Amino acid sequence: MAGKQLKMILATDCGSTTTKAILIELTDQGYRLKTRGEAPTTVEAPFEDVTKGVLNAIMEVEELSGLKILDGDQIIHPMRDDKTGVDVYVSTSSAGGGLQMMVAGVVKAMTGESAERAALGAGSIVMDVLASNDGRLPHQKIERIRQLRPDMILLSGGIDGGTVSHVVELAEILAAANPKPRLGQNYKLPVIYAGNKKAQKDIEATLGEITDLDIIENIRPVLEVENLGPARDKIHDLFMEHVMAQAPGYKKLMTWTDAPIMPTPGAVGSLIEMVARQEKISVVGVDIGGATTDIFSVFQGQFNRTVSANLGMSYSVCNVLAEAGLENVLRWVPIDIDEGELTNRIGNKMIRPTTVPQSLEELIIEQAIAREALRLSFIQHKSFAVKLKGVQQERTISDAFDQSGSGETLVDMMELDLLVGSGGVLSHAPRREQAMRMMIDAFVPEGITQLAVDSIFMMPQLGVMANIENEEMAESARKAAVEVFEKDCLIRLGTCIAPAGKPKPGSVILTAEFDIPGEGVKTVELKTGEIIVIPASYQGIKAKLTPAKNMTMGKDRGEALETEVFGGTVGLVLDGRGRPFELSKEKALRIENLNKWSKATNEYPDTDMLGGN
Amino acid sequence: MAHSYTPGLKVLHEAKVHKDRILPLKGEVVVKLNDAVKPDDIVARTHLPGTVQMVNVGNLLNIDPSDVEAVMCKPIGSSYTKGEMIAETKGFFGLFKSNVLAPIDCTCEAVSAITGQVVLRDAPIPVEVDAYIRGTVSKVYPEEGVVIEADAVFIQGIFGIGGESRGELAVVTETREDELTEDMIKPEHAGKVLVGGSFLSLKAYQKALRMKVAGIVVGGFNYFDLEEILGYTLGVAITGSEDLVTSLVLTEGYGEIRMGSRTFDLLKQHHGKFTSINGATQIRAGVIRPEIVIPLDNADLKGSTNVSQVNEGIQAGSLVRVIRAPYFGRIGTVISLPPELQKMESETMVRVAEINIDDEVMTIPRANLEMVETD
Repeated sequence: MAGKQLKMILATDCGSTTTKAILIELTDQGYRLKTRGEAPTTVEAPFEDVTKGVLNAIMEVEELSGLKILDGDQIIHPMRDDKTGVDVYVSTSSAGGGLQMMVAGVVKAMTGESAERAALGAGSIVMDVLASNDGRLPHQKIERIRQLRPDMILLSGGIDGGTVSHVVELAEILAAANPKPRLGQNYKLPVIYAGNKKAQKDIEATLGEITDLDIIENIRPVLEVENLGPARDKIHDLFMEHVMAQAPGYKKLMTWTDAPIMPTPGAVGSLIEMVARQEKISVVGVDIGGATTDIFSVFQGQFNRTVSANLGMSYSVCNVLAEAGLENVLRWVPIDIDEGELTNRIGNKMIRPTTVPQSLEELIIEQAIAREALRLSFIQHKSFAVKLKGVQQERTISDAFDQSGSGETLVDMMELDLLVGSGGVLSHAPRREQAMRMMIDAFVPEGITQLAVDSIFMMPQLGVMANIENEEMAESARKAAVEVFEKDCLIRLGTCIAPAGKPKPGSVILTAEFDIPGEGVKTVELKTGEIIVIPASYQGIKAKLTPAKNMTMGKDRGEALETEVFGGTVGLVLDGRGRPFELSKEKALRIENLNKWSKATNEYPDTDMLGGN
Repeated sequence: MAHSYTPGLKVLHEAKVHKDRILPLKGEVVVKLNDAVKPDDIVARTHLPGTVQMVNVGNLLNIDPSDVEAVMCKPIGSSYTKGEMIAETKGFFGLFKSNVLAPIDCTCEAVSAITGQVVLRDAPIPVEVDAYIRGTVSKVYPEEGVVIEADAVFIQGIFGIGGESRGELAVVTETREDELTEDMIKPEHAGKVLVGGSFLSLKAYQKALRMKVAGIVVGGFNYFDLEEILGYTLGVAITGSEDLVTSLVLTEGYGEIRMGSRTFDLLKQHHGKFTSINGATQIRAGVIRPEIVIPLDNADLKGSTNVSQVNEGIQAGSLVRVIRAPYFGRIGTVISLPPELQKMESETMVRVAEINIDDEVMTIPRANLEMVETD
């Protein structure tokens, strides 16, 4: 059925500090971002009503667009005429700490991991994974549950018809802990049971009285199948009914929206999943924030999300230092710096998280830390995004024995088509070249990979638009989400072309021919350890890439590849540093290389003045 | 007139301080509205449920889980002392009996017929909340706790470790530039809150711990020395639960940074007064900063600070502190707040403020300024 054509769409994202509104309009060139507005989030005292921040952000949109959207404190929808109201209003939220969950499964690497994947996919922060075999004694688990006070618990375990005692034992541990929800002291803690069907009655008997129990389909009905959909949907429902309903002002906000409010990361994930599906590509999306780094990926059609809870650029910047080690941060800095002073500086960024780098030296240090935060988050993601664990993917029984954390990762950098970065340090880097370099150095893409940044972090709003279920609006809203994502959300940086293999020093490792429209054919020889940038705007460019005999572009070693690549604000970046890529251990050479690559990519104004050479 | 909302730390010579003293679980409030309280007075108490131990009696006695309840010595809800028999099998004709003993003094809370687990709960743990500061009870939340109100000097630090502490205030450095050194900490400082100038070394802090100093307020401390004290690398600034004799409050940050003159002068003015401090810090949404509270006697009151005034934000004439390199720790006066974005050396485009620091005009990102809230 052809739905209604939406002309004006309003979407907000209520973050912990800022509420961001975007207005999307149907124009002659399809759906485009008309304007945006933002205002401080008003969840906490003294306001304690999220709708105030939403209204303020919308008022800014009104002023900038010349449209009348508000009638008092009501959003006018549907549209009354071309200048009054919007067709649809939707919102996401991560205010008040987002959705915090605890999950439990019988075997940590099986149902435990499946439950974790379902919770992460729904956009939650997983505070802990309890499992019968997690090495903790029952009283330790009970203490942990009591301390954490999650928003909800997802309990899974056992295949349908298998033994019930293990999963019931987990339920008994939960019952003994008698956990209280984080918000709303007078409510029972929501618990979702998605385990062995045969144990449902016993679970009901154990937890039915003391928790708000929901029983849904098993997340792992048989060993070979992971069924995450129902658990994700139920998490979203409960997020609305319980968590959001407890947060100040959300009951009112829920009555305004035309679709359920989604947790912010859940919305971003679903957008990335949709783009990957529609374009049949492999995608990695990263959002590096002040406290956490979220990574989303779609490889072989399987979606995965991880949250590195304490890898961020301000609140948890010292944790990046602790986890990566000072040496690893400093290896990206082409200047001599006193280590004690550096740690104090980073510590001061943690305790004064809103400051910005004024000097070039501060910027270089901040971007060095970002490389390490991204690198560590991606390592975590790779170890979590392993085979089998996607929705409804089947595998043979013999494969099922491999499904621990040691299972083969789905992440294949040679297969990766698009890498999208967002978060202040990437989206607001003074030069786009810096964002491109940070992502290349941290993710080390292989072969041909397009890179982009989210200009103003509107992926959450586009994600919730893509999830509107109302039949009349769904098609148009989805179309709007995809079009705006392509045209206004993404800033295309260009393409990284990186032959994989261990290059021989001084040798040519790739010969590339690019037929750039309007400029003719350019031939480039890429030598070991070099980075070459070819300026080219975002357009299709025919390319013939011939790697050296010991290198590969995804085919056999030495085999040429004819394909189409895309430029961007930075252009085509040919990375001859080899894969795997390692920085020299020798300090002088490392600094020389960093400065060489920086100059080649026009990354920084002039690092020589900092005294590094 | 242009102004900018910039976070600042409070340095108030006189303020109405309200402190919530709330129980972790509902319990009993033991003071009344308008009662005068001293810091150590208990204002509310409760009992936390005891820890839980689970004993799989089914497995231990090798019997079916559904039979466990039948072999329990007492009904659910009964108490056992440590070592007392909780379950026993009948054996063969009264012989070869096996049994399970209580691992702790406990109450049997539940018996599972599916898993054979018996849930044993330890005795409740008493919890008491004290008044923390000298003042009066200004509000009572029945069964939950109270609010203590006091007219006091109120100073916020930027970062701290260790929880609530209290003692007589002793300013031990001559000036705010001086380091609080090891030799300045003496046995007579036990139980006192010491104030230093620009820096405290790890060795000096360790001496303070040995001397049982109640707390230290100082300008700066090395970030990398925290690991030695805490036993772990501090990755995120959430502190307060550390079990330390000496709570530490930094007024400026990490490194050697002279204490703000108003902070130092105010503390010096109250040398010898009884002071409550709390090192607890949480730098996340809902930020918590460490604090120093010096309750004032009626004779000391001169009229409390107009808080609304100090919350107005930065404007021309405001006293501000730079909180990021390259001018970290410098204090100056705002000359103007140009509305347009300006490019910094890092090429970052930011809103700036023009500041007069020691008669030199500097352009600093507004985000890198902190209001020095004084009165």
